Amino acid sequence: MRLPFFNRTATFEHGIHPAYHKETGSLPIRRLPFAPRLIVPLSQHIGKPAVCCVSVGQEVLRGQVIATADGFVSLPVHAPATGVVEAIGFMPSASGKMVDSITIRVYQADPQSVMVSAPRDVESLDKKALLAAIQDTGISGLGGATFPAHVKLSVPPDVTIDTLVVNGAECEPFLTCDHRIMVERTQDLIRGIGYAMKVSGAPRAIIGVEDNKPDAIAAIQAALPADSTIQVKAIETKYPQGAEETLIYALLGREVPAGQRPAAVGVLVNNVMTLAYLGRLLPAGEGLVERVLTVAGPAVEKPGNYIVPIGTPLRFLLEQVGAASSAKEIILGGPMMGMTISSLDVPVTKGTSGVLAFGKSQLPQEEARVYACIKCGECVNVCPKFLNPSQLGLLAAKREYAEMAERYNLDRCFECGCCSYVCPSHIPLVQQFRIAKAINREKAKS
Amino acid sequence: MSMELRTSPHQISERNVPTIMKHVVLSLLPVCGFSVWQYGLSALALLLTITATCLLTERWFNRASAQPSSIGDWSATITGVLLALTLPPSFPLWMGVVAGFVAIALGKALFGGLGNNVFNPALIGRAFVQAAFPVAITTWVPAFAANRFSEFVPTTLTAPLMMPPDVVEWVKQQSVDAFTGATPLARWKFENITASAQDLLSGAVTASTGETSALLILLCGVYLAARKFMDWRIPLAVLGSAALTAWLFQLYNPAHFPAPTFVLLSGGLMLGAVYMATDMATSPVTPVGVWIYGALIGVLTVMIRYFGGLTEGVMYAILIGNALTPFIDQYTQPRVFGTRQKRKP
Ligand code: SF4
Ligand code: SF4
Repeated sequence: MRLPFFNRTATFEHGIHPAYHKETGSLPIRRLPFAPRLIVPLSQHIGKPAVCCVSVGQEVLRGQVIATADGFVSLPVHAPATGVVEAIGFMPSASGKMVDSITIRVYQADPQSVMVSAPRDVESLDKKALLAAIQDTGISGLGGATFPAHVKLSVPPDVTIDTLVVNGAECEPFLTCDHRIMVERTQDLIRGIGYAMKVSGAPRAIIGVEDNKPDAIAAIQAALPADSTIQVKAIETKYPQGAEETLIYALLGREVPAGQRPAAVGVLVNNVMTLAYLGRLLPAGEGLVERVLTVAGPAVEKPGNYIVPIGTPLRFLLEQVGAASSAKEIILGGPMMGMTISSLDVPVTKGTSGVLAFGKSQLPQEEARVYACIKCGECVNVCPKFLNPSQLGLLAAKREYAEMAERYNLDRCFECGCCSYVCPSHIPLVQQFRIAKAINREKAKS
Repeated sequence: MSMELRTSPHQISERNVPTIMKHVVLSLLPVCGFSVWQYGLSALALLLTITATCLLTERWFNRASAQPSSIGDWSATITGVLLALTLPPSFPLWMGVVAGFVAIALGKALFGGLGNNVFNPALIGRAFVQAAFPVAITTWVPAFAANRFSEFVPTTLTAPLMMPPDVVEWVKQQSVDAFTGATPLARWKFENITASAQDLLSGAVTASTGETSALLILLCGVYLAARKFMDWRIPLAVLGSAALTAWLFQLYNPAHFPAPTFVLLSGGLMLGAVYMATDMATSPVTPVGVWIYGALIGVLTVMIRYFGGLTEGVMYAILIGNALTPFIDQYTQPRVFGTRQKRKP
């Protein structure tokens, strides 16, 4: 229950306070050199893969379209560097699958300063043209969701959006790239928010920033005019503050009905990085060829936030920051919801918000002994979706997967990891829930 | 290079089962220390014997079921210490061994070990010996006997399977003033004499090994709750509902029913509320369920004390609460996020 008369930082109910490790938040964004070879997958977004429009041996310019969008729910892909197409075919990806990719051999002698661009006057565009222009940038949700930005921003005619929520929470430990973007690219961000408000028809925008980033809040505040329709609001530093539904609840007190989109309560959520890139690329008429991401973790000698060309293989990236040899576990994204990868040949894609490297001895779970559920109720006390992970875990152990979905709302679980984080018995709850969901999906198919 | 593949989350908290349990044991040490100071060698021997029995029984069941040792999770230690604290200081050691064995064997191992048990193991042990040895469990001895550190209460060293000797003569020799041989609850029930809150708080009363000083138990509980090793809502609910029930009864008939403070501070209520009802495995996990469970125990305790044939009701109240826990959990499932009536934007 939120007490409206109680003057405290906006937040949601439940959640956890993990060790945040946000040391890189004070380091300015730096640029990483170009790798000799860039591997650019055709599908870095949710939706139909892009269609390759170059051929092997063809010379490409940085920023040139090398694959076009296939319909509305799709995005084009741009060449991240000037070079020559070396191969088109299957290459490893973060999920472990081989995916269609374009490999570009980068001209090492080229300064990579030329960039294909077509500057435009964004203000004169109408909604439809603006949406098309957004699609042309190739921007997907840069927070990790990878949903094409223009699809998310196109509001159906029967829906009214009254608030654009801008997600600057960055609640995952270690990650600080959104933080740096808010500090260093404030103008881009505000411009991007303006565009997003225009296409979505939202009359106002609220930027939610966790209160462990006071410099970001101050920077945005200073850049906003007094009568702005854009507002910045400090929210409690708590995981998972940056999940869409918890963020909407924290900022507006609205609960998105279970199983529905935020639009059901008149809200659209966009990540700060996505909007900052929108604000930068749209007027310049450029495509997304690089992104800012956090490289951190105990096995990294030079942690920080780097501008990394899309397609940079992780091996090259980790060598640059002095981590390749000692790393034993590499996580893409944050430690709470990110995934580990099996090969360093995997490239950075549009959705990569962080690369974390851990050495062998830095993995606390390694020796953790699993005990039976002692029904301490901690998991119930932290689940932001108000589920009963304890009961779900007991049912999972008995393989009663259907019961989990029917009576205990397994489908509402978004795998935030809070329950596994607190469980003193070290029960791999989230993992069990993933398996249960997968089995239920299989059953539903047959 | 071989890479580790694992599913998220990759960062977990440092808390684990042994840490939680170890802190419960640590927080009980002052209570144990106080009782040894009061009752001397007999209390010490009882504590050690029962705890050792619990640990050995636990280990034996581990081995019998080819499981890794669960001694290290400290839960059997808690059971042993708590069980000893609920028994009279004069309790014969061999009966303590029986109690400890039953607690672990019937109360825990039979259900499948820690986490699967339905009832608080220590209370199962105590309930068993209460039925089996009704005399020994109501034989009380005075605290601060002169030579408590040099000799045992005669009953302590009763030979196995033998009934303990009568202690009336021995108690007389101790010449401790005002020793009544009955607990404050029994004196209220049968003689309608209530002990003062001050005596009850400080432990200057006749009671089980670890139930004398309500204040000390409360302080230890506050420490545990502050370190978040115990759910503070349960003792609050138990004590709150017990006080409320007692207060209503007193309103109804002040001559017959004692003050709420007497109810709160006497007998095993404090130890039960703070250390027994809060046993994680046997209490509900849902936020609403926790309050219902606690309130139920509080009300039941007072009811049994006032209207049951027994002087003390905490043990049965908690056991009933334990038995109802699965149902309480079942009917108090949390409301899932996003199922509330839509608020007007
Ligand atoms: S992973 Fe699922 S069950 Fe666990 S806390 Fe998050 S939403 Fe709740
Ligand atoms: S946190 Fe773990 S041990 Fe505690 S109730 Fe949940 S699943 Fe059981």
